[in-house]
Amino acid sequence: MSDAEKIRVRIRVNGEAREAEVEPRTLLVEFLRDHLNLTGTHIGCDTTYCGACTVLLDGRTIKSCTLFAPMADGREITTVEGLAKNGNLHPVQKAFAECHGLQCGYCTPGLLLSSLHLLNKTPKPTDKQIRKAIAGNTCRCTGYQNIFKAIRTAAAEMEKR
Amino acid sequence: MYAHPFSYHRAASLEEAANLLQQLGEDARLIAGGQSLIPLMKMRLARPTALIDINFIPSLDIIQRNNGELRFGALVRHTEIEHSEAASAIPIVHDCAAGIADVQVRNQGTIGGSIAEADPSGDWATSLLALDSSVRCFRPNGERTVPLNEFIKDAYTSVLEHDELVREVVVKVPPKNSGGAYVAFKRSAPVYATVSAAAQVTLDDRGSCKDARIILGCVGLMAIRVRDAESALQGKPISDKTIQQAAEAAREAAEPQSDMRGSADYKRTLVAALVKRAIGIAARRARGEQVEAGHEYVGR
Repeated sequence: MSDAEKIRVRIRVNGEAREAEVEPRTLLVEFLRDHLNLTGTHIGCDTTYCGACTVLLDGRTIKSCTLFAPMADGREITTVEGLAKNGNLHPVQKAFAECHGLQCGYCTPGLLLSSLHLLNKTPKPTDKQIRKAIAGNTCRCTGYQNIFKAIRTAAAEMEKR
Repeated sequence: MYAHPFSYHRAASLEEAANLLQQLGEDARLIAGGQSLIPLMKMRLARPTALIDINFIPSLDIIQRNNGELRFGALVRHTEIEHSEAASAIPIVHDCAAGIADVQVRNQGTIGGSIAEADPSGDWATSLLALDSSVRCFRPNGERTVPLNEFIKDAYTSVLEHDELVREVVVKVPPKNSGGAYVAFKRSAPVYATVSAAAQVTLDDRGSCKDARIILGCVGLMAIRVRDAESALQGKPISDKTIQQAAEAAREAAEPQSDMRGSADYKRTLVAALVKRAIGIAARRARGEQVEAGHEYVGR
């Protein structure tokens, strides 16, 4: 790290006001992992490709390796840690677990948030819509079939609520 | 990966952004969505010493349609265009917006940033050059509107002065008997296209081609307008034969480089195929058919 001037960045993360002094070049994903200890958001490729670092910024998915932390100052972030409530898994998480929508789990946090973003906008997605929604999330284990199954299952579950 | 260190500044207005650019000097740069600039900075291909964040300038994120024009504020995200009814009325615009990279990048990337970045593989310049488009630029001492074909001068180079910003991208709505298509082939969703082609054709009363515009992306330092392909169509019925002639002209006009996306020969073959496809879809749309088009990749 250089001795570049640090600045204070304040972000609402999973509903809680959080802040840290960081270099402006700190990526959002590093801010979350290294400064807030929220290591659920993964760094995969670090080149805006794989989507492992996907989080919600004001309700919309972005790749947190492709945003400098100060750009999120004053805004709202949801990470995978924000999905479960009172120890209960979110329906999307439950569906991924039940449908074997993961193997090694590395891409899962990103896929969960991309799935949630899809289902918030499109409660009954077609297969084509699912494909388009997760095109920016790479999974190298599952072949995606069970991820599809999980998203369809989560959609049905969320519909019931 | 760490970018070179920089200082961060947030501009609350266009004036403030321009002033900051003046004060902070030649190594300062604007940042909008950052979906091109941040990767370049992480790879140290760009190393600005100061970033001026324009994301918080109000009313730059509006899409307006009036007087036969569609006006996109510089900060309009690709996603907004994808889902905008006004924008979707021009199919070539929707083709482009709906297929840029992936959902995450479309949620953050902006049309103004894409045009200002002038990346030879960017999608917006190629598709909007098929229409009458211009860029409204802001400077503290005045504004100017530059036709898009004059706005981009070279790879990654626009006519913008150091303290000048893109304020709006303005697109003239094509006439009723006109149809367009943007077709881009990419290896997977998140990456830049290997080759892209835009076609806009306007038909006369008898169904012949009155006017055509054919643009190629990713196969030169800038998008290439292929006038020989256009004249292969103009004044003639759009048939397999004229489409084939236009595609051959486009193959000739392309200046592809061999790289990790494919060999130059492969890209020329793609150019011809995509131009054919784009003209065919554009003509069907000009006749009022609903046809799907856009970015193509394995697993779409």
